[in-house]
Amino acid sequence: MKKTFKIGGVHPNDNKLTSDAIIEVFPVLDTAYISMAQHLGAPAEPIVQKGDKVRVGQVIGKPTGFISGFVHSSVSGTVTSVEPLPDLAGNPVTHVVIAVEGDEWCEEIDRTPDIKRDIPYSSEEIIEKIKNAGIVGLGGAAFPTHVKLNPPKDKKAEFLILNGSECEPYVTADDRIMKERPEEILIGAAIMMKALNVDKAFVGIEENKPQAIASMKKAAEAFPQIEIVTLKKKYPQGGEKQLIDSVTGRRVPSMGLPIDVGVVVQNVGTSLAVYEAVQKNQPLFEGVVTVTGHCVTEQRNFLLRIGTPFSKILDAVGGLPKDAAKFISGGPMMGKAVANIDASTLKGTSAFLLMTEEETRRKEEGNCIRCGKCTEACPMGLEPYLLNKLCRAGNRYDDLEKEKIFDCIECGCCLYTCPANIPLLDIIRINKAEVIKIMRNRPKK
Amino acid sequence: MSTTIILTIACLGVLGLLFSVVLYFVAQKFKVEEDPRIDIVESILPGANCGGCGQAGCRAFAENVVKAPSIGSFFCPVGGNPTMAEIAKALGQEVEAKEPMVAVVRCHGTIDNRAKINNFEGYSSCKVMSSLYIGDTGCKYGCLGKGDCEVVCKFDAIHIDPKRGIPEVNQDKCTACGACVKACPKSIIELRNKGLKERRVYVSCLSKDKGAVTRKACAVGCIGCGKCAKVCPFGAITVENNLAYIDFTKCKLCRKCVEECPTKAIWAVNFPIKLPKSATEPHTEPQPQTIEKESTVQQEN
Amino acid sequence: MRKLIVSPAPHIHSKENTKSLMRDVIIALSPSLLVSIYFFGFSAIKLVIVGAFTCVLVEYLIQKYLLHTKVTINDYSAALTGVLLALNLPPNSPWWLILIGSIVAIGIAKMTFGGLGQNVFNPALVGRVFLLISFPALMTDWSIPQSWFRDGIDAVSSATPLALVKEGLAAGQSLPDILAANDFSAKQMLFVKMGGSVGEVSALALILGFIYLLVRRVIKPYIPVAIVGTIFVMTLIFNLIDPAHFTGPAFNILTGGVLLGSIFMATDYATSPMTTKGMIIYGVGIGVITVLIRYFGSYPEGVSFAILIMNATVPLLNKYCKPARFGKEVHNG
Repeated sequence: MKKTFKIGGVHPNDNKLTSDAIIEVFPVLDTAYISMAQHLGAPAEPIVQKGDKVRVGQVIGKPTGFISGFVHSSVSGTVTSVEPLPDLAGNPVTHVVIAVEGDEWCEEIDRTPDIKRDIPYSSEEIIEKIKNAGIVGLGGAAFPTHVKLNPPKDKKAEFLILNGSECEPYVTADDRIMKERPEEILIGAAIMMKALNVDKAFVGIEENKPQAIASMKKAAEAFPQIEIVTLKKKYPQGGEKQLIDSVTGRRVPSMGLPIDVGVVVQNVGTSLAVYEAVQKNQPLFEGVVTVTGHCVTEQRNFLLRIGTPFSKILDAVGGLPKDAAKFISGGPMMGKAVANIDASTLKGTSAFLLMTEEETRRKEEGNCIRCGKCTEACPMGLEPYLLNKLCRAGNRYDDLEKEKIFDCIECGCCLYTCPANIPLLDIIRINKAEVIKIMRNRPKK
Repeated sequence: MSTTIILTIACLGVLGLLFSVVLYFVAQKFKVEEDPRIDIVESILPGANCGGCGQAGCRAFAENVVKAPSIGSFFCPVGGNPTMAEIAKALGQEVEAKEPMVAVVRCHGTIDNRAKINNFEGYSSCKVMSSLYIGDTGCKYGCLGKGDCEVVCKFDAIHIDPKRGIPEVNQDKCTACGACVKACPKSIIELRNKGLKERRVYVSCLSKDKGAVTRKACAVGCIGCGKCAKVCPFGAITVENNLAYIDFTKCKLCRKCVEECPTKAIWAVNFPIKLPKSATEPHTEPQPQTIEKESTVQQEN
Repeated sequence: MRKLIVSPAPHIHSKENTKSLMRDVIIALSPSLLVSIYFFGFSAIKLVIVGAFTCVLVEYLIQKYLLHTKVTINDYSAALTGVLLALNLPPNSPWWLILIGSIVAIGIAKMTFGGLGQNVFNPALVGRVFLLISFPALMTDWSIPQSWFRDGIDAVSSATPLALVKEGLAAGQSLPDILAANDFSAKQMLFVKMGGSVGEVSALALILGFIYLLVRRVIKPYIPVAIVGTIFVMTLIFNLIDPAHFTGPAFNILTGGVLLGSIFMATDYATSPMTTKGMIIYGVGIGVITVLIRYFGSYPEGVSFAILIMNATVPLLNKYCKPARFGKEVHNG
């Protein structure tokens, strides 16, 4: 039986246009712009200077806090500058700009195509290797992976869940790696299981990827502890809390973390990166990015080095489409609109989506007709219409807290479904931040 | 018939009496002792409940003023000095008069001065917009023009001018409660003193970008050249991070900086239209406009 | 360089909008509408057109000249109110009756509260109840007007089955006699029945509309099922206790606008609860009140009143019937 989460959800058209496009290696360009804010948390601090020679895989940024990570060069060449450049939203972020000379990799990186199956490392060694490889969650939030694999002492993980649901429409990066590199993903999972000291793992895959399910199932025959779970197609199936509900039936408590119910969730892309870091000594500096959209002439899946400007990717797929009106980094439900197309790709970039004005334009806002569709759609069981009303009333933070606005996962189901086109999530998002700020500042009892 | 009426009146009369007696005793029993001065102070306050004083509302202000040993740390920005004097009198204390303040919008990135480089869609709010990205122009410090300040103003004193795309303060209605200052995600609005004869000189820009970047994004941005700071005879102007700031406590309204500023980022308001030197004529160009606006506002009231 | 659109996520939107939802309800009403046009001919068309037109016009005038807000007559909601009102009137109502009803429905019940989505009571029902109280004679004259398509059945019955039963019981007749005398078989009423408002001629047509609404996911089945289920259970119990005085379930469900009311009136978005739990309580409440009015009240029918009474409880139901939240709360400071 296909499993799914119980509350809410929507069914957008999945538009997996690039599902059959084999991953192509994107050529290395002449300049790379590597951002130091590749992950959630504190940005890395650059440790190279103008004029330094760097090789592929060399550390160029070191973490500045607990929730932070290493950044590695994705190219070889000379650092031409270390300066603040606008990111995709236009905000200045420190970038290391490297002029590319050849493609010289650090020699410890194993570039052979053989698959290494033995895991001769201890839990601590694995976590150290993952940390040094700068691996972040590739599911969207880019949360540093070593932090997730190192749960607090008083909490014990029971399962590892690999997220292969890829519920975002259009995006096919995970779909492709599951088809092309299933065994490496599962070895990555086995490595993480060892790090967490758990003996059961699940891989959740949405039913709209039958080939990926088949290839993963075949590869999983060699891994008795890993079970492939077919999930129903429903957005947000890949939301961390929803996925845990779907696969195990456990529900992460309000304000809690997956570890509270004994689960650690990692994306399949992260798992592949873990495999490469631990078995092949290759740090995270490249990833699969889906370049798609109905207006794009050549829809592709690329293996892309970080620090490639979006505008250069556009050139590779036949230039800027005439009717493209919005560029999105990520999927259409949770992806970020790109304000600055000269911004470069990050570790967490999974897709570059172009949409026409007709596809994406927000319609004019009408009166709330109290149809309850937002409440029906909310996967966290919240009442977006009510939150909207309270937010607009102003200064109703106490009531918003009572209505659990902090549980919102910003999946966008409410805004997607609202027949009156009310910008529910826009309003809820900023008020949620405000409520969480108030709750954090409150003295603990 | 008449007996019915009499009976009704009698019944209701007795009931009414009974309840009034009950109510009297209940009121006696549950009476809350309260300082009578709280009511007096509250009646003096304007009753806008704006929160500009930092209290939860006028009632809370009154309660805290009465409780506090000294009135000195309290100030009602709406009622201003007269109200505070009256409260002080009612409480038998003395209070120093504070200089009247007014909200000043420190950005002149109007539609003409600052080109839009993308289109924002979504809930029309500066807060939403600024949490998403730098804004629809090249300047990440400037006004977003979605009117969060207008929404929070309880005195109808600040409005987005649709033709210019930036807010304008009606200085007669503004009570300097500070609601707009808090609401602005870019912290563009500042409370400055009203100034002598309501004349003010201020840097109408917050751009900390390098001069070239600022120039590219906006025609009237401060490029941090420092000419104003050199020309100021009172040391009121400081330039930090490519941005000049005029300390209104030191500024003597000489307007030398206004003449000096190459991008006209320094504004002087409510000065007479005629300027003393003919050499300054090119710089007077934007001024008649503002003065006209401010003076029409005054006439209306 | 062309200006890009920048907006917060999500970047796609479902095809559904207010207009399409309202249009779906009108489409769902069309089988009943066609059946009633077949039986009542011009008078049915007349009522629907006058009703829809007046409602739209009143909304337009109020928004344009009274409130000076954006005119939103394009969303079909006013037209829907007019159609619903028309379907709730006796077939040979004069045109001015529905005109007055429409003005009350839109002007008082809808726009006074702030327009679409803000109204507490179902506008069409407020219009209907207003007419029922103001013009009782006209509103209970169920004689059938001349039809283009049929003849010979005119003036067969002049009251609704429920009214006939009530009158019969009041006159001291026993229930089986009344039913036998008037030939109210369930089969007849399921397909075609005379003596009722415009929209409830055929229960089958209404159920067809219901299925359409469910398939299009416009409404959820809870409210209609709860209403019909409650009426079924309650009338079954009463009927078993005293078959001579209390009519049975099939008769009660198929008469007096229960289907029309439960499918199209009680499910009105603005005036029904948001959550499943609330919807069930609301539906059960309507069912209970309807049966009580029918058995013990002075009106032969009770659906309209029952829905209006339960409309008033909707804010309360919304407040106390919260959806199931994801994950239980933990108190760890």
